[in-house]
Amino acid sequence: MSKLTTVRSNASERDASPHAEPLRGPHFRIDAKQDSPKSAPTKWLMEARDVRKSYRKGAVLVPVLKGVNATAGDGEFMAIVGKSGSGKSTLLHLLATLDAPDGGEIHFEDRRIDNLPTTQRDGLRNREMGVVFQFYHLLPELTTLENTILPAMIGCSVTQFWGKRRALRRKALDLLEQVGLSHRLKHRPSELSGGEMQRVAIARALLNEPKILLADEPTGNLDRQTGVQIMDLLRSLNRDRKLTIVMVTHDSAIAKEADRVVQLVEGRVSHA
Amino acid sequence: MYKLLLCVRYLRTRYIALASIISVTLGVATMIVVNSVMCGFQHEMHKRLHGILSDIVVEAHSMEGIQDPESLVEEIRDEIGDDLVGMTATVHIPAMLSFKVRGQWMTKQVNLIGIDEKSYANVSEFGKYLLHPENRKQLSFDLHERGYDPRLREAGWAYRRMKVAQERYYEEQMRKLEAASAGESTHETVATATTDEDSGDDLPFNFEIGQDPFLEADEENDARTFDAMTQQHVGIVLGIATSNIRHRASDGEIVDLFLCKPGDDVKVTFPTAGTPPQAVSANFTVCDFYESKMSEYDSTFAFIPIGQLQYLRGMIDPQTGAGAVSSIQIKLKEGADLNAARDSLRERFPAEVFPYRVQTWKDMQGPLLAAVQMETTILNILLFLIIAVAGFGILATFFMIVVEKTRDIGILKSLGATSRGVMSIFLGYGLSLGCVGSGVGMVLGLLFVVNINRVADVLETITGREVFDPTIYYFQEIPTIIQAHTVAWIVAGAMLIAVMASVLPALRAARMHPVEALRYE
Ligand SMILES: Nc1ncnc2c1ncn2[C@@H]1O[C@H](COP(=O)(O)OP(=O)(O)O)[C@@H](O)[C@H]1O
Ligand SMILES: [Mg+2]
Repeated sequence: MSKLTTVRSNASERDASPHAEPLRGPHFRIDAKQDSPKSAPTKWLMEARDVRKSYRKGAVLVPVLKGVNATAGDGEFMAIVGKSGSGKSTLLHLLATLDAPDGGEIHFEDRRIDNLPTTQRDGLRNREMGVVFQFYHLLPELTTLENTILPAMIGCSVTQFWGKRRALRRKALDLLEQVGLSHRLKHRPSELSGGEMQRVAIARALLNEPKILLADEPTGNLDRQTGVQIMDLLRSLNRDRKLTIVMVTHDSAIAKEADRVVQLVEGRVSHA
Repeated sequence: MYKLLLCVRYLRTRYIALASIISVTLGVATMIVVNSVMCGFQHEMHKRLHGILSDIVVEAHSMEGIQDPESLVEEIRDEIGDDLVGMTATVHIPAMLSFKVRGQWMTKQVNLIGIDEKSYANVSEFGKYLLHPENRKQLSFDLHERGYDPRLREAGWAYRRMKVAQERYYEEQMRKLEAASAGESTHETVATATTDEDSGDDLPFNFEIGQDPFLEADEENDARTFDAMTQQHVGIVLGIATSNIRHRASDGEIVDLFLCKPGDDVKVTFPTAGTPPQAVSANFTVCDFYESKMSEYDSTFAFIPIGQLQYLRGMIDPQTGAGAVSSIQIKLKEGADLNAARDSLRERFPAEVFPYRVQTWKDMQGPLLAAVQMETTILNILLFLIIAVAGFGILATFFMIVVEKTRDIGILKSLGATSRGVMSIFLGYGLSLGCVGSGVGMVLGLLFVVNINRVADVLETITGREVFDPTIYYFQEIPTIIQAHTVAWIVAGAMLIAVMASVLPALRAARMHPVEALRYE
């Protein structure tokens, strides 16, 4: 316990200065379609404030995040880069409220979400956020279509679902068409390629029309070319739907696709 | 919604879990079979016991019996009132039954029961168990000409005449033979021959026969003038197993060998009513058999007319002419509350004051019925333990499945599934496995019960061993009764166990940390 406090106090001392992080980083792409001018302060959607997380390894407490401050603007495509083991996944899990930070706060749409009751966090995750993982994480027992509809099934009761099933099916079919998988509806994940699985995962993440998409190394397990396809997909989603995307990756080439890149070094954010 | 879908998918893809509930299936099937068979036995026993016994019996403590049955009958009628259907008086007495088999006397211990041939069949299903169809309609202690059960082949008057003729012929031959071989001792030989001849017809303890309605034929006839060719003694109905030998022939057929048949004469010895009791003997002619298929009764019961028994035992009051009886059998309306009637009779005739004992047929057969009940209970407990053991199998398998599904649980949680939702997937999974397991078990069990006798036959031919020996119970088939509520209880119990076994794994699944579950490899 005492160790934990020492680490924390150290971290907060060192973190004192970069606390006020600029809301928007430099744009790598000048987007004609982006309606807000560069100078105007954009509304932010999600913010990590001095977030810390440590893992206990036996008796030793290993700090992974030592006070991370990051903000994702509304409609922004933001990339977080860092080398393997730097805590990117940890941060993303915290943003997705899959885990609770040891210290600091996470805000989403003007409210703090890291300390919400579990069921509220579950609902939030279900309705407002879409999550995509490196290993796709589809349910092996379900078909492509079923995997895509899954978030809606989770969000509704049986009767609600029954009432909306046609609309939902329609929506899922649309999404699958957008990601180019209309011909794979009845396939199980084991019958799909990595790229296809990741596209199903993206379609699934979008089904409940989330405000933000959190992606953990979405291309990490794919070959270059497929990775580029996935990135194009994300890019177009961000552009056409004004979807806010926070993507974590260790690959700076991939990160370049994003509006803004944030670097995670030694448990802190350093701007690229 | 996803819960349902995943439940169904897990059911269809995890055959290991189906394997784990086979024990539940078997347990349920066995329990249904055992309960149906036990229930069938119990029912059959109840039916038989009740068929033999009347609903309520008022029994005298002493061997002398109830001295004044008429007034007691009236009082009982008053007490019970509307529910009463019939009443009859009986005399019970332990007795010895002797009959001659190939020149040798065989003796059996029997319960001799004096019954009123007119009313006895009204209070119990006694008549139903008689072998001659006429007797089944209305009992008569007169020997019939023929028409007995085909198993008896020849029985009745024709048989009696043939047998008597045969005996006489043999005796004639013997007499001639002996007269020829031992000419000097003619005197003795004749004496022996006479006794021999007497064996069937004589009444050794002869008595002055008074006003006996049943002995019209015998009345005037002294022992010496009794002609077995044309006359019978007072009739007696014997339990079928008192005088038969039942065995299985090599081809598996059940063969009854009757040592005496309707038409034969038997000797019955029993105590008189006085103190100390003395033994008296009398001859009777077997006029029918009684086959209730309860081996205990079939092998010990013998029925004769109550008047004759009262007379022989000296139970008839010389002053009033009223005969004492040892019990009064009461039949109530269908559905009447036996215990209530018994209690009201007990109140009317308190045991402290009156020398009677009032019992329902269930009271009288209490230990036997209780024993069967207890067997059923113990079997049920044991079998249920088997299902409970199966529950642990389910528990282990479920833990495995939950561990295997760790990542999926993480995925569901990352998509916003609540812990409760995740838990209900596995609880529902347990429930559906329980449903499938116990449902299949139920179907198997019911199929088995319905075809149990065929199954027994098949087993018999395969193993060459008798599965169900009809000579023990006098049932030709295994009796079964399927009780819907028993089946429902068994199935519900099995499902409960399956659900309970899935509670712990489901809790574990619900408690799983989403991030750790996602990182799980
Ligand atoms: N459950 C855990 N227990 C202990 N250490 C962990 C746990 N999860 C992650 N870590 C450690 O935290 C660090 C950051 O992990 P992670 O966020 O997955 O890194 P990245 O995604 O950037 O590769 C790693 O050193 C890893 O070993
Ligand atoms: Mg990672």
